[in-house]
Amino acid sequence: MTDSAPTHTPTMTKLPLAERLRPWLPVLLVPVLIVVGYLIIPSSSSWLTLTVSGLAMGMMIFVIASGMTLVFGLMDVINFGHGAFISFGAFVGTTVLLALGQMTGAPSLLLNLLAIAGAVLAAMIVTGGMGWAFERVIVRPVYGSHLKQILVTMGGLIVAEQLIYVIWGGHEIVIARPETLKGAITFAGAALEKYRLVAVAVGLIVFLGLRLVLRRTKLGLIVRAGVENPEMVQALGYNITRVFVGVFIAGSALAGLGGVMWALYQEVITAHMGNEIMILVFIVVIIGGLGSVEGCFIGALTVGLVQNYAAFMEPKLALISNIALMVAILMWRPMGMVPVVKAK
Amino acid sequence: MMRILSGDSPKSAVLAVLLALILLALAFAPFLFPGSRSLETAARICIFIVLVASYDLLLGYGGIVSFAHTMFFGMGAYGVAIATARMGTSYPSLALGALAGMATAGVVALLIALLSLRVRAIFFAMITLAIASAVAVLVSQLSTITGGEDGMNIRIPRELTPAFRLGEVMGTGINGKILNYYLVFFCCLGLFLLMLRIVNSPFGRVLLAIRENAFRAEAIGYRVVLYRALATCLSAMIAALAGSLFAIWLRYVGPATTLGMEIMMDILLIVVIGGMGTMYGAVVGTAIFVLAQNYLKELMGGVSEATSALPLVPDLLSPDRWLLWLGVLFILSVYFFPTGIVGRLRGTR
Repeated sequence: MTDSAPTHTPTMTKLPLAERLRPWLPVLLVPVLIVVGYLIIPSSSSWLTLTVSGLAMGMMIFVIASGMTLVFGLMDVINFGHGAFISFGAFVGTTVLLALGQMTGAPSLLLNLLAIAGAVLAAMIVTGGMGWAFERVIVRPVYGSHLKQILVTMGGLIVAEQLIYVIWGGHEIVIARPETLKGAITFAGAALEKYRLVAVAVGLIVFLGLRLVLRRTKLGLIVRAGVENPEMVQALGYNITRVFVGVFIAGSALAGLGGVMWALYQEVITAHMGNEIMILVFIVVIIGGLGSVEGCFIGALTVGLVQNYAAFMEPKLALISNIALMVAILMWRPMGMVPVVKAK
Repeated sequence: MMRILSGDSPKSAVLAVLLALILLALAFAPFLFPGSRSLETAARICIFIVLVASYDLLLGYGGIVSFAHTMFFGMGAYGVAIATARMGTSYPSLALGALAGMATAGVVALLIALLSLRVRAIFFAMITLAIASAVAVLVSQLSTITGGEDGMNIRIPRELTPAFRLGEVMGTGINGKILNYYLVFFCCLGLFLLMLRIVNSPFGRVLLAIRENAFRAEAIGYRVVLYRALATCLSAMIAALAGSLFAIWLRYVGPATTLGMEIMMDILLIVVIGGMGTMYGAVVGTAIFVLAQNYLKELMGGVSEATSALPLVPDLLSPDRWLLWLGVLFILSVYFFPTGIVGRLRGTR
């Protein structure tokens, strides 16, 4: 009798659709939300307007929040002073734009964009430098203790906000958008503000750029590995502290960029604008999953859309709607939509 | 004496003298410092001692950072205001308003705690910040219920207002305002001793254990989430009571006086500078802070004018910028004196 091995062909049972869909659910949230918005908002032209402004707002929040979430993911540092970078960015950017009044007033797209680029560059350099100082002086001594981090960065926020009062005075500053970005274009019967389209584009560029750096470069590889297991990266010979400082500076500079974008969006800036935006940023960072750039992106778009739809349906609900959204998502996924897996 | 203090002695002669001085000054404030401004300051100190101590229960003993403490404070204040506006001026409506505010604060605190502490303690800080600011916006928008930005005036029973006169003691006219002050004073004293009792009970010890090492406390068999949630509720409820007292004292409640982020910052600064995890830190810190707020600003104004010839210096020293220096002091004290004034006096680091 010869025993030959039984012939069998192993078959992988296909996972049911629901199982395969599960990891993609957060990604689907934004399109689903847009469709729901289409169904509940009676007029399709106002739906289009609201969607664009929701996306614009979401993109700006994403630009601000991405740095903060990466800083947390990489070094477990929670920076409550992030709002100060937003305000400083807005004030520096506005000062530059006001100084370049001739360029912003000219009806030439090129000159306008050059002026904005100058403002953004100045704001990012200043807030990046601030981020470096902030990390050195304020955050460095309190690694590893969340309690002290929260207290100390909050103290840093107070000091930075007061410095704005000292430098620029307490009154709010009005800043007009550059000439060619004023007004709206009409598309399919809906009025779309030009500036919002620009904001969406800038946000997309930042997101794609971040993804490209994180997924395709060696630096990104180190950062992603650092998020998962900093000690291992350290053991392999990379100076994780230096990487972290770099991420902190980049994150602060992005907050400065976000501040300039927000200033041009609202067309008025105040010293405490950073604090008001930070509330949305915290909601975004929590629902996205602390440490995850993708989650942050989805969360920011969701928050922007929900805020705009809710404000249209019932103005008083705008801020509460975001709290409700956060509660709902935390009940669905307690660690946020795209949780960061820590090898610890 | 030790029984009243729940066995938690000041453990430092200087601190004991300081505390006794503050207690005596507050107890006899109407007679020692006549004048409505100083009485106002004294009542504010009493209420803020309770408010700050209840925050210390959370931050210093529980190791949890909350930014919603003024929200709970406001709940108590608005509870009294709404109850008296709806039910008329009477003692039962004052009591009912205070109780309703306290109950609301407790329930909301429990919900926030269960939602966020279950996941990670760090969420708590962010979620409370978001919720507190949403509530502040809501309060200023729902003007039919809360009076909006203008706030609400509260009509309290006549016996507690200056119009009610009783006669004279030691050359000071006793009126309803002074009765009101003593209501505030004794309630605050009672609440403070109650908190001292709580932190020195077995419950308080477990909280300390969790603050030091949550993982180990869980391993020993204490339900960390449960203890933290309970501490949150207790602290919220006491803050609400302090808010009710504040509303009764001021006879007014508005978003700026109860819900503002500035007050939250003040509380945070007082706790850290006074000393986290020591109830007495709240007393010493509040007394120094409120006095400094009232009198140091004038000094800064003087210095600012004296240096007006220099560039930038007068701006840095103007009385409006006192928060700047407080912020610097705050950061330095977190680094170098994490146990605050009380810790320094006790000689521990």
